Amino acid sequence: MSQDLLNKLTESINQNISGAIEKAELPYDFATITIHKEHIHEVLEFLKNDKNWNFHFLTDLTGFQTADEKQLGVVYHLHNMMTNIRVRIKTHFDINKPEIPTATNLWPGANWMERETFDFYGIKFKGHPNLKRILNVDEMDIFPLRKEYPLEDQQREDKDNKMFGR
Amino acid sequence: MAKKEPIKNTEDFVEEKEYSILNLGPTHPATHGIFQNVLKMDGEIIHEATPTVGYIHRAFEKLAERRPYAQITTLTDRLNYCSSPINNMGWHMTVEKLIGAKLPKRVEYMRVIVMELSRIADHLICNSVIGVDTGAMTGFLYIFQWREKIYDIFESICGARLTTNMGRIGGFEREWPQKTWDLIDSFLKNYPKGLQEFANLLERNKIFMDRTINCGPISAEMALSYSFTGPNLRAAGVDYDVRVATPYSSYEDFNFTVPIGTSGDTYDRFMVRQEEMYQSMEIIKQAIKNMPKEGGFHADVPDFYLPPKQEVYNNMEALIYHFKIVMGETDVPKGEIYHSVEGGNGELGFYLQSDGGRTPFRLHFRRPCFIYYQAYPEMIKGSMLSDAIITMSSMNVIAGELDA
Amino acid sequence: MSNKPIKRTKLEMAKSPQGIEGPGFFAAKLEDVIGLARANSLWPLPFATSCCGIEFMATMASDYDLARFGSERLSFSPRQADMLMVMGTIAKKMGPILRQVYEQMAEPRWVLSVGACASSGGIFDTYSVLQGIDRIIPVDVYVPGCPPRPEQIIEGLLKIKELAKNESLRRRNSPEYKKLMNSYGIE
Repeated sequence: MSQDLLNKLTESINQNISGAIEKAELPYDFATITIHKEHIHEVLEFLKNDKNWNFHFLTDLTGFQTADEKQLGVVYHLHNMMTNIRVRIKTHFDINKPEIPTATNLWPGANWMERETFDFYGIKFKGHPNLKRILNVDEMDIFPLRKEYPLEDQQREDKDNKMFGR
Repeated sequence: MAKKEPIKNTEDFVEEKEYSILNLGPTHPATHGIFQNVLKMDGEIIHEATPTVGYIHRAFEKLAERRPYAQITTLTDRLNYCSSPINNMGWHMTVEKLIGAKLPKRVEYMRVIVMELSRIADHLICNSVIGVDTGAMTGFLYIFQWREKIYDIFESICGARLTTNMGRIGGFEREWPQKTWDLIDSFLKNYPKGLQEFANLLERNKIFMDRTINCGPISAEMALSYSFTGPNLRAAGVDYDVRVATPYSSYEDFNFTVPIGTSGDTYDRFMVRQEEMYQSMEIIKQAIKNMPKEGGFHADVPDFYLPPKQEVYNNMEALIYHFKIVMGETDVPKGEIYHSVEGGNGELGFYLQSDGGRTPFRLHFRRPCFIYYQAYPEMIKGSMLSDAIITMSSMNVIAGELDA
Repeated sequence: MSNKPIKRTKLEMAKSPQGIEGPGFFAAKLEDVIGLARANSLWPLPFATSCCGIEFMATMASDYDLARFGSERLSFSPRQADMLMVMGTIAKKMGPILRQVYEQMAEPRWVLSVGACASSGGIFDTYSVLQGIDRIIPVDVYVPGCPPRPEQIIEGLLKIKELAKNESLRRRNSPEYKKLMNSYGIE
C-alpha cells in the first residue's frame, strides 16, 4: 500500500468516526492503523461495510502483549480481495481490564480466532457466543502466552534443570 | 439419477424429536488425526456438531518467542507436516523480508520447484485419503508410491523425508546435486501416468461421484465469511490464490491457471486438488526451463547465512559470523511483518513482531486449517454421518496445523 | 505392461520352535508355540496424532508394507489389538485418552512409542505437552527420530515381535508385572 492510499484511508475513517485513530504507519509497505479501544468495533464495521473500502475478508486475528508488559493488544488483518488491499488494525488496552467487543457479528470466522486469543492472553471478547478455552484444557488457570508465564511446565520433576542450563 | 439434496432443515421431518448423542473421536479411525466431535444425531442424520480441538497443542507460538530466527524453521516443519517445505520457505521469506535480503532469481526458482513438489505431496495425501474414506483403498496404495518419489527428491536436497527443515535464511544450504535434477526429471516424466491411473480410479467413478457430489457443500459467501482460503475456497468458486494475488518468490514469472469449482462440495474440492497437481507440474517444468544458470544457491547475507566450513577454519571474520549465527546472537531490525504463502491448504501467514532482539517478540502463525475447520459443524449439519467423515477428509484438516 | 519376467524371491516360513519331531507328531513347549503365533500376527492399534502418523502411513503403504511382518490388519478397536503404536505428540489434554485406550486393551499388550515426542516430549518442552508417554503408560520399545524413517518403525516392530515371541506365559501374572502396573496406577 502506498502512503497516498493510507492517507485516504485514515481520512475516510476520521470523517466517519472522529478521533478513532491513534496512529497510522506503513511498516514494510503494510498499512497499520492503531485505533483507540472504544472505537474498534465501529471502525471494523465501517471498514467492512463501506462501499469504497470493503475489507470483506478477515485474514487473521490475534493478540499480543506490548513491550512494557502492561498492556495487551489485538491485531486484525483485513483484506479486500477485489482491489487486493490489505490493512492491519491494531488496538491495545490495560492488562488488568482486557475487554474488547467481539468481531463475530461481522465475521463468523472470528469465532475460533477470538477463542484462541482468549486462551492465550485472557482477552475477553464481549458478546462472543461461546468464549471458552479452545486449545488448552479448561482447568488451566494461566494465560500461557503472556510474558510473565514461563514456557516450561513448572510442576514436572522429570528433567533436571542443571542439565538444561536453566 | 436422483440427486441427493442436503437436508438443511431437519425439523421438517422429525415429528417427535429424540436425539442421541454420539461421540466421534478423538481417536476414531475415520477421523484422521485427533479431532473430537460430539454429534447430536437424529437417527443417522447429524443435527448439531460440537468440535473440540487442541489435543496436540504444542505451544509453537510460545516456543518461537524463545528461539533464534534460524531455529524456528524446525517448528514450521511441524505445522502442516504434509508439506513442510512450503512452511520452511514461507518462514525464510518472512525473515528475509524483515532483514531486507535480496535473493538471486535462481534461488527463488529453486524454491518454487520445492514448494510445488510439496504441494503435490500435500494434495496427494488428501485426495488418496478421500478415496480411503469412500471405501477405495487402492488409490491410496497406488499414490503413496509417488509420494515416496517426492520424498526421494527432498532427501537428495536436504537429507530428510517428512520434516525437512529445508533451506536457510537466504537460500539453500548447498547446491543441489545432479541426482536431484535427475529425480525431478524422472518424476515429471512418469508421474502424469500415475496420476492418470489414480484419476481413472475415482474421477469418473459412479460410486465415487454419487458419494461425493453435493456432500458437505459450502457457498462462496459463507466460505469467505468463515475466512476460508486455499483449495477449499477455490472449490466454492472464488479464485483467490496468494501466488497470484500477492506473488512471492517470483511466482509472477510463471504461467499457470487457478482452477476453481462451483458448488464447494467434496467432489469439487477433490477435483480442484487434482487439477492443481497438474498446474504444479506445469510450474515446475517452467521453472526448470527458465532457470538462470548463474546466481548460486544463496543470497549474500553474511549475518544470517552460515559461511562455508573451509572459511570458518581459515578466516577470522567467517569464524565470528559462524559463531554468531550458531549461537543465535545476530540482531535483526525492529519491525512488524505479515507475510503469507499459499500453503497446501490455504493462506499460511506469518505475523511477526520483532523488537530487535535475537528472538521474535511475538510470532503468530495464520494457520488455514484452524480457521476453516470452525465451519465444519455448519457444513455437516443435516447430512449423514458417513458424509461428515468424507467432508472432513476432503477439507484436509491437519492436526498439527490446527492445534499449533 | 512390461514383458519382464517377474522376479520371485524365496519365501521363508516362520521358524518352528525347538522340539521333538517324529513321524506324525511334533512336541514342543506350549509357550514357544503360543509365542510363535503371537509374534507373527501382531495387530497394531495405530494411535497416530501428528507427523509420525504420516510416516506410519508410508510404512503401511506399498513401498515399505508393514503387512510383511504379520501386521496387515490394523485394529482400530483397542479390544482386539495386541500392540499400541503411539505416534506423535501427546499433549496433556490427550494423556487421559491414551491411558483409557491402553486400559481397554486385553493382555498381553505391548506398547511401541514412535518418535521423539511420544518417547520424551521431543523439542516440545512446553506447558502443554506430556514429556513422554511413559509418564502414564508402560512402554516396551522406543523408536527415536523426528520422525523416524519407515525402516526404523519396522525395526521397532521387529523388536516387539522378538519380545512377543520370547515372553513367558506367566509373565503377565507375575508379581513383578503387577508391581509395574501398580506403579502406573493401573489395576
